[in-house]
Amino acid sequence: MDIRVRNIVKDYGRTAALEGVSLDIASGELIALLGPSGSGKTTLLRVIAGLEIPNSGQVFFGDEDASFTPVQHRKVGFVFQHYALFRHMTVLDNIGFGLSVRDSARRPPAGEIRRRCLELLDLVQLSGLEDRYPAQLSGGQRQRVALARALAVEPRVLLLDEPFGALDAKVRKDLRRWLREIHDRTGHTTVFVTHDQDEALELADRVAVLNKGRIEQVGTPDEVYDRPGTPFVFRFIGESHALAVKVAGGKVWLAGRPILLSPEDMGEGPAQLHLRPQDVEFAAYAPDALPARIISVRRSGPTRRAEIRLSDEQDAVFEIDAPAALSVRPGEERPVRILRGRVFSGD
Amino acid sequence: MPDSMPAALLPPSATKPAAAPDIRARKRLRAPTEDPPLFRAAAIALAVFFLALFLVLPLAVVFIEAFGKGAAAFLEALREEDARAAVRLTLTVAAIAVPVNVVFGIAAAWCIAKFEFPGKSLLVSLIDLPFSVSPVVAGLVYVLLFGAQGLLGPTLQAYGIEVIFAVPGIVLATIFVTLPFIARELIPLMEDQGTTDEEAALSLGAGGFRTFLRITLPNIRWGLLYGVLLCNARAMGEFGAVSVVSGHIRGLTNTMPLQVEVLYNEYNATAAFAVASLLAGLALVTLALKSLLEWRYADEIAGTHRR
Repeated sequence: MDIRVRNIVKDYGRTAALEGVSLDIASGELIALLGPSGSGKTTLLRVIAGLEIPNSGQVFFGDEDASFTPVQHRKVGFVFQHYALFRHMTVLDNIGFGLSVRDSARRPPAGEIRRRCLELLDLVQLSGLEDRYPAQLSGGQRQRVALARALAVEPRVLLLDEPFGALDAKVRKDLRRWLREIHDRTGHTTVFVTHDQDEALELADRVAVLNKGRIEQVGTPDEVYDRPGTPFVFRFIGESHALAVKVAGGKVWLAGRPILLSPEDMGEGPAQLHLRPQDVEFAAYAPDALPARIISVRRSGPTRRAEIRLSDEQDAVFEIDAPAALSVRPGEERPVRILRGRVFSGD
Repeated sequence: MPDSMPAALLPPSATKPAAAPDIRARKRLRAPTEDPPLFRAAAIALAVFFLALFLVLPLAVVFIEAFGKGAAAFLEALREEDARAAVRLTLTVAAIAVPVNVVFGIAAAWCIAKFEFPGKSLLVSLIDLPFSVSPVVAGLVYVLLFGAQGLLGPTLQAYGIEVIFAVPGIVLATIFVTLPFIARELIPLMEDQGTTDEEAALSLGAGGFRTFLRITLPNIRWGLLYGVLLCNARAMGEFGAVSVVSGHIRGLTNTMPLQVEVLYNEYNATAAFAVASLLAGLALVTLALKSLLEWRYADEIAGTHRR
């Protein structure tokens, strides 16, 4: 089921949560809503589910305008951040809840409900735990039960609010892969909210980056990472630093030196150069190398990361990945070369 | 230079620390939050003394006095027609007041805990009003409202409805006094639980009423039971407000607490204490049930607290 969101505006009293958001989600797609807290990503998810009523705008499920359909009849599977499992029901009753509350004409017989719940339990790899209560499960297991419960109602779309937010790092990684597998097997259109860029990039077919109630960019993980459309996306996805530069004569100037060719459509004047740690390297003294001093060195996964300051431009502080073989110490003078970067005009 | 040699390169024996003396043995070291034994003993003794003097002793006296002239006199006093009428009336009043407060308490707690609306803090204060107003004043208010010279009294009388010096007045006064118990118990509980469970049920297709019955009510059941017990204890024991509106008509509008007072004023100590012991017995049963629930309820909280 494809979903189209059109011009959704939503405010809570005086604070605006969504300022005219439109988004097309293809059938069977796994899409991430990524943004910092307060960006409106959860509100957007809840609007799609029908848990929030927008001030204006429309939500389409396929060709059907679902804007005025109450949440009970939207047929969505919603997985809450803290799972919201019914604590007084067993795992099996939790999963079967959606089927058991149907009106008698559409409700499957009790045996059929049980059979389908056990099937789902098997899908989420929790067979044998059907008589447990939520309190007797680990965080990861609860998450799986919540997903099974959402899948039980045969939803048209699966909506997950920070699905791994409350889990520790190791479990998160395992569940990520597992969710991807479930998605590939069941083929549900799936929207999930996260503030974790790694999660979004690794898991999603496409990522929608939100900021202050607006969508900044929608694209595949490669697109948003390699070709960020706005300074915000560049800052938010991956590590980055911004330097004040000048664009003149088709070149980007930093500390009085031309360092890069400027993009063709870029006007002259002040601009921002956004760099990732991989975009800079230590260099031998050369005409295009910039003299710099190492401020500090710290460990970052397999590499070491050095914080450096340009000698001719004291405001220009950024980070650089130092190869393991290279000896770098705080206080050392070392020239650097900027290999690439992304320039946005304006201050 | 063995001094600068890293610890990992030293032979194991060199890094092994000498057996550290148990520092607790050096001086009798206490945990930071532990008090000196003398202070502890004094505090416990003081608490026990006050409990015995102000709670256990009076309760014991009630039962001793009640059975002072033998079990036969005790039973005789309870078999008396007025005493039996008082017991019946007390149970009737509680049977009406408690369910009314259950409905009101759930509705009020639901509104306050799950929704934002203007005047919410005013509603919370209003619910607390019966706690702060003297029960006698509450009774007087009902007399002024429904009495023969009162605001609504003559109108009601024209239709043959008597409120003051009759059972309806007693019920109204009791409801007023016991109003906060259940709501107060449920508000923090429901606020803590939030609305996500309900949202989950709705998103799974359940209707509003079914969600309430199958999700909200089970989530608050222990708190609700606890509130009902407190409310019931107060409804049966209320004296002040009921005393003002009842008119003390023996066999008709005397509840158990009122009956105790009447008997006592007639120097009928045995009968007074016999009824009083019955009241105290009901209170003890309530207390036992409450403790049982708390024990059970604590289990429930520990097991199902949201993480």
